[in-house]
Amino acid sequence: MNSIEVHNIGKRYTIGHQAKRDTLRETLSSGLGSLWQRLRGSEFVKEDFWALQDISFSVQPGEVVGVVGRNGAGKSTLLKVLSRITEPTTGSITLRGRVASLLEVGTGFHPELSGRENIFLNGAILGMSRWEIRKKFDEIVAFAEVNRFLDTPVKRYSSGMYVRLAFSVAAHLDPEILIVDEVLAVGDARFQKKCLGKMKSVSKSEGRTVLFVSHQLQSVRSLCPKSILLTGGRLETMGPTDQVLKIYEGESEAGDAQTRVIKNILPGLQLSSAKCSIEPSAASAEGFHDFLYEIAGCIDKPQNKYGFALHISTNDGIAVCHMGPRLLRHFIGGQSGPFVTSFRIAAMNRHLAGGRYELEAIVTDQTGASARSTNQSLVFDLPEADPYAADFRFSKALHGLVPLPVSIENRFQ
Amino acid sequence: MNNSAEPMVIEAGKAERNYWRDLWRYRELLGFLAWRDIKVRYKQATLGISWALLQPIVTTAIFTVIFGKLAGMPDGGVPYPVLVLSGLMAWQLFAAALSGSSASLVSNANLISKVYFPRLLVPMSSIAVALIDFCIVFVLFVAVAAWHGIYPSWNWLLLPLFIFLTLMSAMGAGLWLTALTVRYRDFKFIVPFLLQVGVFISPVGFRTDFYPSWEPLLNLNPLTSIIGGFRWSLLNGAQAIDPSSLFQGVIVITILNITGLWYFRRTEREFADII
Repeated sequence: MNSIEVHNIGKRYTIGHQAKRDTLRETLSSGLGSLWQRLRGSEFVKEDFWALQDISFSVQPGEVVGVVGRNGAGKSTLLKVLSRITEPTTGSITLRGRVASLLEVGTGFHPELSGRENIFLNGAILGMSRWEIRKKFDEIVAFAEVNRFLDTPVKRYSSGMYVRLAFSVAAHLDPEILIVDEVLAVGDARFQKKCLGKMKSVSKSEGRTVLFVSHQLQSVRSLCPKSILLTGGRLETMGPTDQVLKIYEGESEAGDAQTRVIKNILPGLQLSSAKCSIEPSAASAEGFHDFLYEIAGCIDKPQNKYGFALHISTNDGIAVCHMGPRLLRHFIGGQSGPFVTSFRIAAMNRHLAGGRYELEAIVTDQTGASARSTNQSLVFDLPEADPYAADFRFSKALHGLVPLPVSIENRFQ
Repeated sequence: MNNSAEPMVIEAGKAERNYWRDLWRYRELLGFLAWRDIKVRYKQATLGISWALLQPIVTTAIFTVIFGKLAGMPDGGVPYPVLVLSGLMAWQLFAAALSGSSASLVSNANLISKVYFPRLLVPMSSIAVALIDFCIVFVLFVAVAAWHGIYPSWNWLLLPLFIFLTLMSAMGAGLWLTALTVRYRDFKFIVPFLLQVGVFISPVGFRTDFYPSWEPLLNLNPLTSIIGGFRWSLLNGAQAIDPSSLFQGVIVITILNITGLWYFRRTEREFADII
């Protein structure tokens, strides 16, 4: 008997409609008839967006399955559907056993309440009974290492203590099926290890099923023998983690320049391509290279304004910079017609280690508020440079991500 | 919470199936949510619980002066402050329960978008919270009434019924408002306005039984009969109870609850997506 059976799951969101008519007045002005329609729940569809489509898979009891995929591939939506937070639009799911989902660390923690009180509150929210919480209380406290601060309001906790306490409650939930989303991204390395160890032992010794989403491929590799790869809301492949990750990492072959054609995602804006390329910086002995990101398209109306974000991550999902147009203080508009917007980062590898990176093309409207991912990732390889002029290439694998400007001084006294 | 061996099936459009069973399973959470709100309520407030007393005392004084002294409304022999406070208790219970429940979903948005549990628990727990302040004001009433020579009698035994009706009317309206607020934040502004107007169109500062021609209209407001019930009970029958008014009130409350529950359940599946 499978502990999770997912059959043809699809989840449709209607985008645009919330931004369009957020207040009652706007609904009223579009006619009382449509208000009635909306109150009845049958609002007219603006644009359908399938966050998930035709997903089917099954998981055996005791299996630990990783879920990987790029931003916007539908990982979080899948977990939300599995944990019953939102309903699927199509298909069915069968779950055998008690389900606990941990989509966020410390859901329902109240900052004013003490650690002790929050253990009870959070436990109840996650589905434990009072009796169960009491039984495991000491274990939870010991695992979280917060004994001394049990009666302090959690708003005075350090973020590490907060995360430890929250994870600890969830880890002692004893569900048959545990659904975990990215929660280990927080907390220090030692605690991350402890949590991974706890999850491993839970699945091994007690035969629990774990579904684990992460951008940190390392954790997926070490924790999950099996993985699912989602691409654009569809299940691309499921199998042994090594194979799945190979497909995932090789999904978009890196080249010097990458061009993608992009579908239209904001009204009034057509994008024809997004491209990133690397070129040697002029006169640089250190091997510096410039990074160039170009977006080409066409704006329909001069009164519309759009912005582009610069989202760069490492190929294993660590955010390098996630900058929106408001931060960058750059929007395009005021004129209609074809355009090219280009971003240049001069001598990028002076500031960032060489290696493979991903850029996600993101467009926003003029407020910068409604950001739409194009679901396109551009992969580029940044050459290694020698920022310290030491005849030594700064490498991501050996030295880390950022060659910080260091000044060193010796003083004998 | 699924300890049984029987599998749970999630199907498009059929989340309903396990709903009432889940509601029962998560009953402890109802208590925890209410307990959280009560605990947090007076944290870092030096005066603490006295805040719950201050408001009714001041309002009673003002209403006594305005309605009793200036407007000279008939009191039927009941000391005016006691008359006002007995109505105000019911009103404040209703107001606290309504404003709490109608804001409840949006103020728990972080829970709703991250964890599953029957959403109905959220407005229910905020109604439970309103009862706490009520208990405090009740003690105040007993003291004020005794001061004016009114002591508990058998009539008081029926008070829980009227308290229940108050909570149910807040629940019915609250279900509508909280579900509507998830989609239309406009209702956030409507509720304080409703309550502001409501304290004057409900017979809080005056008694209605001397204005029979107005009664059909006043009876559309379920609070009219509820406040009537509170006064009958707490003033030991000094204000007669009107069965037809009470009956109308019960009908209005029932309709509110049935439709409210219908709308809430209907929109509930979208809460996590649009909140």
